[in-house]
Amino acid sequence: MSAIDLGLPTIGGLDLIPAADGPQKAKDFTSDQEVRWCPGCGDYAVLAAVRSFLPTLALRRENTVFVSGIGCSSRFPYYLDTYGFHSIHGRAPAIATGLAVSRPDLSVFVVTGDGDALSIGGNHLIHALRRNVNLTILLFNNRIYGLTKGQYSPTSEVGKVTKSTPKGSVDAPFNPVSLALGADATFVGRAMDSDRKGLTTVLEAAARHRGASLVEIYQDCPIFNDGSFDVLRKPDKSESRVITVRHGEPITFGTEGRWAVVRRGFGLGVAPTAEVAPADVVVHDATDHELAFALSRLSDQGLDHAVFGVLRQVSRPTYDDLAREQVRTAVDAGGADLRALVHGTDTWTVHDGTVTAAVR
Amino acid sequence: MVQQRVERRARVVIRFAGDSGDGMQLTGDRFTAEAAAFGNDLATFPSFPAEIRAPAGTLAGVSSFQLHFADYDILTPGDRPDVLVVMNPAALKANLGDLPRGAVLIVNVDEFTPRNLAKAGYAGNPLEDSSLEPYTVHQVPMAALTAGALEPLGVGRKDADRSKNMFALGLLSWMYSRPTEETERWLRSKFARRPEVAEANVVAFRTGHAYGETTEAFAVTYEVAPAVLPDGTYRQITGNTALAYGIVAAGRRSGLPVFLGSYPITPASDILHELAGLKRFGVTTFQAEDEIAGVGAAIGASYGGALGVTTTSGPGISLKSEAIGLAVMTELPLLVVDVQRGGPSTGLPTKTEQADLLQALFGRNGEAPLPVVAPRSPSDAFDVAVEAARLALTYRTPVLLLSDGAIANGSEPWRLPEEDALPDLTVTFATAPNGSEADGTDGRFLPYLRDPETLARPWAVPGTPGLAHRIGGLEKADKTGDISYDPANHEFMVRVRQAKIDGIPVPDLEVQDPDADVLVLGWGSTYGPIGAAVRRLRAAGHLIAQAHLRHLNPFPANTEAVLRSYRRVVVPEMNLGQLAFLLQGRFCVPVDSITKVSGMPFGAAELAELLGPYVTKEEVPA
Repeated sequence: MSAIDLGLPTIGGLDLIPAADGPQKAKDFTSDQEVRWCPGCGDYAVLAAVRSFLPTLALRRENTVFVSGIGCSSRFPYYLDTYGFHSIHGRAPAIATGLAVSRPDLSVFVVTGDGDALSIGGNHLIHALRRNVNLTILLFNNRIYGLTKGQYSPTSEVGKVTKSTPKGSVDAPFNPVSLALGADATFVGRAMDSDRKGLTTVLEAAARHRGASLVEIYQDCPIFNDGSFDVLRKPDKSESRVITVRHGEPITFGTEGRWAVVRRGFGLGVAPTAEVAPADVVVHDATDHELAFALSRLSDQGLDHAVFGVLRQVSRPTYDDLAREQVRTAVDAGGADLRALVHGTDTWTVHDGTVTAAVR
Repeated sequence: MVQQRVERRARVVIRFAGDSGDGMQLTGDRFTAEAAAFGNDLATFPSFPAEIRAPAGTLAGVSSFQLHFADYDILTPGDRPDVLVVMNPAALKANLGDLPRGAVLIVNVDEFTPRNLAKAGYAGNPLEDSSLEPYTVHQVPMAALTAGALEPLGVGRKDADRSKNMFALGLLSWMYSRPTEETERWLRSKFARRPEVAEANVVAFRTGHAYGETTEAFAVTYEVAPAVLPDGTYRQITGNTALAYGIVAAGRRSGLPVFLGSYPITPASDILHELAGLKRFGVTTFQAEDEIAGVGAAIGASYGGALGVTTTSGPGISLKSEAIGLAVMTELPLLVVDVQRGGPSTGLPTKTEQADLLQALFGRNGEAPLPVVAPRSPSDAFDVAVEAARLALTYRTPVLLLSDGAIANGSEPWRLPEEDALPDLTVTFATAPNGSEADGTDGRFLPYLRDPETLARPWAVPGTPGLAHRIGGLEKADKTGDISYDPANHEFMVRVRQAKIDGIPVPDLEVQDPDADVLVLGWGSTYGPIGAAVRRLRAAGHLIAQAHLRHLNPFPANTEAVLRSYRRVVVPEMNLGQLAFLLQGRFCVPVDSITKVSGMPFGAAELAELLGPYVTKEEVPA
């Protein structure tokens, strides 16, 4: 097997998509369907953020498609006045892959949850990321199964008591950002449902990225897992926990940057900024795969630290661009002669009972 | 040189058998190409183990290729070989049971060593006892003769050993008076990058040919004249290739790009391989991470306006069930190809069966009807693929095409179609809102407002201004396509999806010889064996009618009338009676079932014997 360098120019995630004729508003992206999430559900905040950030992309509304799987978050497409496909459990990345490969003129979003993406659909998620299909994947992580009424999920903490784990879960959780980085995702970000500004910033960068973008959105289920992320929301607790990274900037956090991220062995740790030489404060580099992974390991199930922002963003050829290029090259080279194809190289002719082998 | 006698034969069945690494499939394929180019009618049946290289010399590793060629139109690869070529003791042991008395047995004696005999489970050497007395045995030291001929070329014994299959081909080509130039040209082109290998194979081929010519042992050669087939241009084709070409033709006739989402599985993978090489026709192939992703991506492509196709076999069709249900609910065009193999579970990956029929019709949760079609022979797979695509595009529905292992790998001459004669599959996408003032929804787009004739819904692809809408697996409200849990709406939608499929017009079932009072009715690859068995019975003076179903859902409108016009209806199938069950359930008519699930197709003689009691009006044992 030999590798072929197709020499593709580097293009943005939205470059092949027709631009809107004029300015758009969040209202333009609001469908006539009644939103049916539970009161207090974090999905409302994400929906509002998405409705308000889509106009900033300035794309023709009909060229935006939301594909979802199954779960509370997967009802998302019904509430947006774009094209939408509410599919089956876990399979949205596969369906979106077929759509993205066939249609370079579409901006394709996948909306999924922790159960949908990481349990039943884990295989499709990692392969979409590995292939680097031009998709923007919004992974709503509420660390619980909501639609099936409260079983533990693949991101639930060990020991979690739910309907299906009355003595506490003994199941080790996934860290979705680590998983995505392990699958070599070219864009990995994280945001909080209630942080409109942070969420919008990450979503916009994800949508503009050419390739598979995964955005993990911490989101509360007030019915079955209320307050799951409270330690990251309440100022007194979040101060020492929430780390927001920006490419090229030293990673400090807390009031007046009182904490800093520093190197510790092969990984990272946290230290009081006052005790660290400025040169030892880690500067975020979104192109550094190992750094991104180390940052993701600062978040564990106890949420002692949680990194938000764009953890990784690198450029790599996308599966769909390469696949289309192969087809286009073959089509352009000509020779698509159906008659020649069916005839092949060995034919014979029968006429009035006489057989004649074809001369090549 | 010895003067040979030439005898004419109407038909001959040859089987090449050897170890998996002996190149028997290649040898068989090439002899088939010679027969095809000569103008014989032919049918082939490759049989190989699921293991890629089972331990050399064992029964598990035996691979064979059977070819039936004739001077008239034939229907099957033949029941029992007239000539059996065996490359080692295991091949002899595995195939001798099929050899009729008086048949010719050509043995590569070099492999009949004590060690190989023991591996095949022989206590003694069958070449040295009387066990082969019923046959005309030719003991040929193929390996030694090939090695000797190649020695001057500086080819080592090991490499020479790889060419002994071409010796066998040369010998058989001589015996059946086949032209040789084309095979030599083919060898030189096949090994164009390695001229020394090409030369070795050509020399081995010539050596085999010369051996036949100069050895007194072979006193007779045979001629099988070209067959008189209907006027036209022909080629030899396997079912998998014909199916792939049918998909390409459907893309061409519909003007849509073809998108194949597939996961490798035997024996369907060759369709993926074939289409992967046909990108110039605007075909995209996606080797997915699993069977579900294969069908999922195809659905995504269809949603985007492509002709979405997925191909699979065996357990793969089970994995795709949920996604096919989604395509039923979202009413998107989708072509699902199931190359049936022995089951359940992993079953018999390289053997044939027809046991997915009921799953194709009913194997989804809920009422999820879809059209089911089945080709009857390798070349028919082309037409049936085009038909399946036509149904999918016209009725906006997934369609299941049931091929099987015998069709997929079998080959036959194909009278080539002209592109203009293929149906026009042009599709019209929705471009404007379809809501009318009559129902108060002027200017709205109603994604589930149906065409009154076909009951198909509009196909509005993303990117179309003004038609943005949402679809999904939840029950749809009539016309609007919104989520609906309304009982009356669900009742209506279930029935309307059923009515859409039931209402598809299907060509009438044609019956050959309608004057008989017994009808034998089949579907799929049993067409050949049934036809051959019926010929035998008619030749013996019996009256028997034959019909074959291409559309399994919906059935042709005249099916019940045809069934009721016969005293008895007999249905041979390679399953435990699935079509028979279906016919009895649908039409309340008694049907007699003949079933076989050995992984091997019916033989013509076998089936004629099984059908005999029905036509001779003898009592059938209970």
